[in-house]
Amino acid sequence: MTDVIAYFPLILKGMLLTVEVALLSLLISTLLGMIGALAKLSKSRIAQSIAGTYTTIIRGIPDLVLMTIIFFGGQILLNNIGEKLGWDYIDVSPFVAGFLTIGFIFGAYMTESFRGGILAVSRGEIEAGYAFGMTPFNVFLRITLPAMIRHALPGFGNNWLVLAKTTALVSVIGLQDMVYTAGLAGGSTRKPFTFYCVVAFLFLIITGVSDVGVRWLDRRYSVGVRRA
Amino acid sequence: MAATALKVEDIYKNFGSLEVLRGISLEAYEHDVISILGSSGSGKSTLLRCINLLETPTSGKVYVRGELIKMRELRSGERQAEDRKQVERIRSKLAMVFQQFNLWAHMTVLQNVMEAPVNVLNLPKAEARERAETLLQRVGMLEHKSYYPAHLSGGQMQRAAIARALAMEPDMLLFDEPTSALDPELVGEVLKVIRSLAEEGRTMLVVTHEMGFAREVSSRVIFLDEGLIVESGDPQQVFNSPESDRFREFLVGVFK
Repeated sequence: MTDVIAYFPLILKGMLLTVEVALLSLLISTLLGMIGALAKLSKSRIAQSIAGTYTTIIRGIPDLVLMTIIFFGGQILLNNIGEKLGWDYIDVSPFVAGFLTIGFIFGAYMTESFRGGILAVSRGEIEAGYAFGMTPFNVFLRITLPAMIRHALPGFGNNWLVLAKTTALVSVIGLQDMVYTAGLAGGSTRKPFTFYCVVAFLFLIITGVSDVGVRWLDRRYSVGVRRA
Repeated sequence: MAATALKVEDIYKNFGSLEVLRGISLEAYEHDVISILGSSGSGKSTLLRCINLLETPTSGKVYVRGELIKMRELRSGERQAEDRKQVERIRSKLAMVFQQFNLWAHMTVLQNVMEAPVNVLNLPKAEARERAETLLQRVGMLEHKSYYPAHLSGGQMQRAAIARALAMEPDMLLFDEPTSALDPELVGEVLKVIRSLAEEGRTMLVVTHEMGFAREVSSRVIFLDEGLIVESGDPQQVFNSPESDRFREFLVGVFK
């Protein structure tokens, strides 16, 4: 117990980092997901095929493999390009690489959740927007977007939980998140079981709080919906 | 003679190889109430939707208050509106009431009525609210203004949708089978509202199956069959002595 207390501040610091990575990844993945969904639903063949390739590739490769490819491979690629352009050596920060990679991966899953959400919006409601002279942008912002949230929320919440747990992978690229610090603490005290249990518990807190948040969003965006 | 509110010239509309409209011309003057009749599949809803360009006519011209809606041909042979801004401006003056109401489900009745005046006409919110409340009062929906559409009956939804259309202060109202999705006992309350609009001299195109309404309220009746106008004229004349066999058959079917 004294070991846990001794290392707890460090682990908490790691937890803060985990939450930061998770939230930034969520932001990136939500943005990418929205762009991806709109691209898949657009009339442009090119946009459709770019988004299609993105989701097919990302969803078909394990996250860990992708993360190492993007972090280590990306670093080398970036510096190869930089060398030709005469830049100094660029050291990609694991923090930035971490949330960009996770955001990029989950953007693909978000694309599918959002696409489903948009498709579930009543065609008639969208048409009514156009019939009253709204611009396509206004129709999207005022009608499609608020109406799709309710439909996309279950998938979104699910993606978020998986995303939050996936942040554990950033420890492999050397980011000192709570999994990484727990590994250190477990190694030096020879009590890995204890420390990984602490981490498991902390993850449960993160996901538990998220669950409450998602439910709150669901209530908020389901106003005016008749519950069976 | 009243001014021309709408002129449709030789409209054709194909969906793939299906010819839905096959050369329709129609002129509506201000204060006209034109009932558009026809059996299902005759193209009457498509005609209405070609007027505000929810569907782009395959060929033909639409003039709203003398202004031609500009369309251009794409390489695929299909046509589309040339000037989106023009279409949006014209649509804001032609308010539509739909068969399935199409109220925005995530907004209350009041928000539904305020939405387009605020976001299309840029009316200040306070003014839009005042206008919305006056109109909701008129259609008997003021006490339901905070309700969401899902908690209303069909008749209530349609009356709210009519208030939403009126809030645009449109030059013309387009009704697309406004009572067809309603329980029979709710048809009356909606027809009463539409009738009162006709009586105050609004220009309206009404696609309907309500023969009583067409006969008593409209200034003109047109009957579509297979994408063509086969009967047109004053309601008394059209109903009492129809010229075409097709309309006679239709009436027999309706009043059987």
